[in-house]
Amino acid sequence: MPHMKEYDYGSAIRAGFDYLLSEYPEVFVMGQGLWSPWYVGNSMTDLDKIYGTDRVIDTPVSELACTGAGVGASLAGMRPVVVHPRIDFMLYALDAIVNQAAKWSHMFGGQAHPGVTVRGIINRGGEQGAQHSQALHSWFAHIPGLRVVMPATVADARDLLIASVLCDDPVVFIDDRWLYDLKGELPAPQELDLRTQGPVVLEEGVDITLVASGYSTQLAREASEVLLEEGISCEVLDLRVIAPLDPAMVIQSVAKTGRLVAIDGGWRTCGLASEILAQVAEHVPPSLLKENCVRVTLPDAPAPTSRALERLYYSSIDDVVAAARSCVGNA
Amino acid sequence: MENERDIGSMLGDLKDPGAYQTPLEISGRDPGLLVDLLRTMMLSRMVEEHLADQRREGTIGGPVHLGIGQEAIAAGVSQFLRSSDRVFGAHRSHYHALALGTDFKALFAEILGKETGLSKGMGGSMHLWDEPRGFYGSVPIVGGTVPLAVGAALAAKLQASDAISVSYLGDGACEEGVVHESLNLARVLDAPTVFVVENNLFSSHMHISLRQPSDSTARFAVAHEIPFEVVDGNDVLAVADAAGRLIEQARSGGGPGFLEAVTYRWLGHVDWRADIDVGVARSESDLKQWRLRDPIARLRVALEAVGQWSLEEDKELERELSESIEAAWSQAMDDPWPSDEALLKYVYSSEGGA
Repeated sequence: MPHMKEYDYGSAIRAGFDYLLSEYPEVFVMGQGLWSPWYVGNSMTDLDKIYGTDRVIDTPVSELACTGAGVGASLAGMRPVVVHPRIDFMLYALDAIVNQAAKWSHMFGGQAHPGVTVRGIINRGGEQGAQHSQALHSWFAHIPGLRVVMPATVADARDLLIASVLCDDPVVFIDDRWLYDLKGELPAPQELDLRTQGPVVLEEGVDITLVASGYSTQLAREASEVLLEEGISCEVLDLRVIAPLDPAMVIQSVAKTGRLVAIDGGWRTCGLASEILAQVAEHVPPSLLKENCVRVTLPDAPAPTSRALERLYYSSIDDVVAAARSCVGNA
Repeated sequence: MENERDIGSMLGDLKDPGAYQTPLEISGRDPGLLVDLLRTMMLSRMVEEHLADQRREGTIGGPVHLGIGQEAIAAGVSQFLRSSDRVFGAHRSHYHALALGTDFKALFAEILGKETGLSKGMGGSMHLWDEPRGFYGSVPIVGGTVPLAVGAALAAKLQASDAISVSYLGDGACEEGVVHESLNLARVLDAPTVFVVENNLFSSHMHISLRQPSDSTARFAVAHEIPFEVVDGNDVLAVADAAGRLIEQARSGGGPGFLEAVTYRWLGHVDWRADIDVGVARSESDLKQWRLRDPIARLRVALEAVGQWSLEEDKELERELSESIEAAWSQAMDDPWPSDEALLKYVYSSEGGA
């Protein structure tokens, strides 16, 4: 096997941009902090110097106008990526995302193609508090017309970005700063058709199904290693694309294992984990369920700043392990 | 209740309903072009009068925002637009599209929710699409398309095309933050966008003096260092001259422009009523005066005075338009509804992507 360079998740995102900007003249990127090392980690380093500041645009502090401009540019034949270094600030852009991008195909009878990619970064922890922490992917997944992508692996960080930008539909691409140091190998880039991308089984198992996305997938993987040592065999599913959601693999896996822990980095109520449980409740025959399904999520509270409370707030590997144990009856 | 407030006036007599009622000054103008403008405005007027009637009778099920009285603005601006340009509208945009040559039968079908409509029956009056004529969409979220117009203009720049964007918005939209973000962004990026503010002095039921400390929205162009012109929006030639200059500037790399056209809508915010009293009153005498400042009559009378138009030609045009409007309406009424699959099939693009 040829030697493959080991990448981290952040530089894999950068590799995705590099590929897109070099292969597709209609791709351009705009957002706050793109000419600075402060805002987007190593995920955009020097792209402005390589591809020019007219294609990698650091913008005024105007989330809504910039995102709206991305929508408008996509209608006019470009493939823009609008970058929001924190999803919290991206909330200013909701009109452009929810009222405009998500609606234009349907509202105009399939004639308008707002193929904009809106990249929102989850950037939390470190005593940053309630307005520097939010993981709002479930909100966006609620909106018909948006595709919501959450890469959990190094290869997906690059290849799902490429797929998102090349897709004619509006995509909310959500990456997570807690994953930026994740290491992995990066084979040659692939142009995937985003419409065919969905959940994958990362690890096969027989006792319990762990379903997660984005950073939570890492929690699930690491928890499954701990659990395996205790003799609990976990099937780990990475959702990858949370909207439109293809639940088939979740249903199939839970029908096999009879147990489910859904792990999500968002809040509990009406969140992604709730949707996973709803799919199982609707589609897995009760006779196949060995135990009540369980959610591991944030508590329904804004993020605290004090490190003492932060430890309570964010889910840990131990939380996932404990949830799975109680489900299997080894508590 | 206070209906208007004393505020700083930058508009002067441009907002005086009794001013500018005389025929337009047309000496030295190409008569053929003037007759074209007259026809464009007449078509808009009669199409919208027909819509008002049908809405009153209940044939049209949803809201229609009519621009009767404001026809000169789109007619004047569109004279300089090409089908490669990108025009964005808002809730009151039938006449923005019609002035670009949009087929009014497809507009009727859209408003009736028929498959043959501009948006395949998926949009109705408030969501119009006619990309082949450069109409890149209208939506009713106030200010919603303004940044989109800037983005389409930025695209033109990146594509090394001389296409420009036009963003139609109202005085009410100027109270939305996104408009100010968009003006700033267009200036900073030198995106060739012409912002056309139709200042009809009312947002829904509220007079501008109850919403803003000054009556002219051009002050926002000043704040963002965007060249601007303020004109009588009921003078199609004044609109055309100013729009021509701003469009040429944008097309030749000079960046954004801002046109404030002062006008008045004869009907209420929505549907066929005049809305003289909807909690906060519009002055009945103002409306009467503004109807005398009719953009169509001012051009027609001027043309008649120099023998370029006659009562007979006017009657003939009205008859011709009336017949084709009736025929188009009855065809649109007979057209098919969208199929049941349409409910889901347009949520995502069918083509996929690159």
